[in-house]
Amino acid sequence: MTDDRQAAQRAEATETLLAGAAEDAGAGALARLKSDATDRFRALGAPMPRDEYWRYLSPSAFNEKATPAERSTTQPAAGPKAPEASPFAAAEPLTLCFVEGRFEPALSDDPAAAGDALEIAVLSAGAAPDWASEQLGALERLGQSPVPRPLAALNGALATDGVAIRVTGEAVRPVEIRYLGDTDGGVHLRHLAILEDGASLTLLETGVGAARYSTVLEAEMKPGAAFDHLRLQTDPRLRRGATHLFARIAAEASFKSFTLAGAGDKRVIRNEGVLWMEGDDASAHIAGGVVGKDDAKIDNTVFLTHGALRGESRQVFKNVLSDKALGVFQGKILVREGAQQTDGYQISQSVLLSERAAFNAKPELEIYADDVKCSHGSTTGALDEGALFYLRSRGVEPAVARRLLIEAFLEEAVEEIADETLADVVRDQARALVVAAIR
Amino acid sequence: MLTIKNLHCRLEEEPDTVILKGVDLKLEPGKVHAIMGPNGSGKSTLSYVLSGRDGYEVTAGEVDFDGEDLLEMEPEERAAAGLFLAFQYPVEIPGVGNMTFLREAVNSQRKLREEDEISAKDFLQMVRAKAKELDISPEMLKRSVNVGFSGGEKKRNEILQMSVLQPKMCVLDETDSGLDVDAMKLVAQGVNALRGGDRSFLVITHYQRLLDHIKPDIVHIMADGRIVETGGPELALQVENEGYADILKRNAA
Repeated sequence: MTDDRQAAQRAEATETLLAGAAEDAGAGALARLKSDATDRFRALGAPMPRDEYWRYLSPSAFNEKATPAERSTTQPAAGPKAPEASPFAAAEPLTLCFVEGRFEPALSDDPAAAGDALEIAVLSAGAAPDWASEQLGALERLGQSPVPRPLAALNGALATDGVAIRVTGEAVRPVEIRYLGDTDGGVHLRHLAILEDGASLTLLETGVGAARYSTVLEAEMKPGAAFDHLRLQTDPRLRRGATHLFARIAAEASFKSFTLAGAGDKRVIRNEGVLWMEGDDASAHIAGGVVGKDDAKIDNTVFLTHGALRGESRQVFKNVLSDKALGVFQGKILVREGAQQTDGYQISQSVLLSERAAFNAKPELEIYADDVKCSHGSTTGALDEGALFYLRSRGVEPAVARRLLIEAFLEEAVEEIADETLADVVRDQARALVVAAIR
Repeated sequence: MLTIKNLHCRLEEEPDTVILKGVDLKLEPGKVHAIMGPNGSGKSTLSYVLSGRDGYEVTAGEVDFDGEDLLEMEPEERAAAGLFLAFQYPVEIPGVGNMTFLREAVNSQRKLREEDEISAKDFLQMVRAKAKELDISPEMLKRSVNVGFSGGEKKRNEILQMSVLQPKMCVLDETDSGLDVDAMKLVAQGVNALRGGDRSFLVITHYQRLLDHIKPDIVHIMADGRIVETGGPELALQVENEGYADILKRNAA
């Protein structure tokens, strides 16, 4: 393809995706974001297959226009039907539900009753507080360089709702964002979390909201803050998902994120994480488990910047791929000049359960400091035949033996989750995905 | 218990490499049989073929296990039918806990035999008691299967599995390799504790020393893919004193 032709295709896709974006701009923080992000997306253009970070996963699935999800007007007067219990129910979270892209108070806990340490604002509910208005979109804008993230800008342009959370102390209850609904349309939600000095929060995300969904979470962490993020992308209704996580981590603050992604059929998931460690002694951990089957494509793309002294980072991604599934990991560690005594670790591994499954890994290190410890590794292989035989020779059925070995493989990523109750939820969900993948 | 007739096998990947060239062997219920033989005689291959390991092609012969055609069974079916192989090189399985492994093995076998699952409490008590007899610490039970275990610990773990699974027929493949005298005694004690009733053992070893601790009833000498001599315990002593050379010469004619 010539450059001219790609440029023309990019321009066409960009305008197709933006069509109708400004129509329901409304007012407040969201309106400004939508206007800025529309300009941003127009300048960046839709992703194209030859773009550096789209070589392993075709962006074409994301370049088709999805009709926005519409709230059903024929809902019974009693309101939306109560959803099935959340997998995270045991953690007794404060739950915020979004149905087809809009906050649904009837299914949610009262944001105002979140406790002293938490301030929660729903972005579609008129004027947002100043702290939210000022910060919304800032990290996403920052994260457009050096690598463009057009789908994050598109998320801003098309965002219908979202939640802004400000934490000033220890948030005892986790906050859970649930995405409900099952239309064929698209949902774009934008979230913001600000953790003030020494504050702590556990944020859970689960569900889908629509066949095509996009979420962006911007997390600003002040000194000493601790943020745990855990996400389940295991809903079989998900057909296409693009998510972005932008986290700026100040001195002595710690950020941890884990995502379990499972998909089959022709589903496509792209999860991007952009993390900056801007203060000394910060820590950033991002991990994930992937279980892909059929023709699914699941991509984890991480850009992690060490920008201060003694930063500690971990990237741990484990991929289980069967049938013709594709797994992608693109993980970069950038160590800026002066970020001495950096300790960076990155591992991406895959188990291929079929000869037609594939895993592409692109680890990148770019280091401008001289007192740095950075290790990275990537492996791809089949299940250990010797271990399988050993288990079978003790009477373990082949399907159970395979499941045990796959769960053991995933465990190195799952044990990145500090909270055991939450880790057990992930183990249960992973088991269901694994059982389905090896059937 | 187990009857092997004219068993021939070769490597799947290298069909020219024929390893078993007509093994005939009858293992009696309640007896301890030993197979001795020089390196490369096919002793370990025999144990692999009995357990159903991939990579070996049986070209002739048959194996009857309590009236069933063993060679037609999958490895897990052989285990459920009561066959146990103690590996010469037990496999390390990172991430799979020893207890999880034992419980899955017991329950899988029970399922294959259409029996009920064992209760978690009964299982835990049974394993702890048996582990104690083999000097296996509770900490070792929690660790991943064989990961970070010493040579002796791995072999004791094999015997623990045997003791928990209670097989009818135990095949021990060079269980003495890599063990010092104390570790060997502990392993032998574990094996001897399982002797009794109709349970049979096939102890494969290169050296006589293991047989000082696990006294065999019948000793077979294997050479070049066949059983060439069968006798009582005195045959093992003869090997110890004279080596394999005389026996091989005698049978080469």
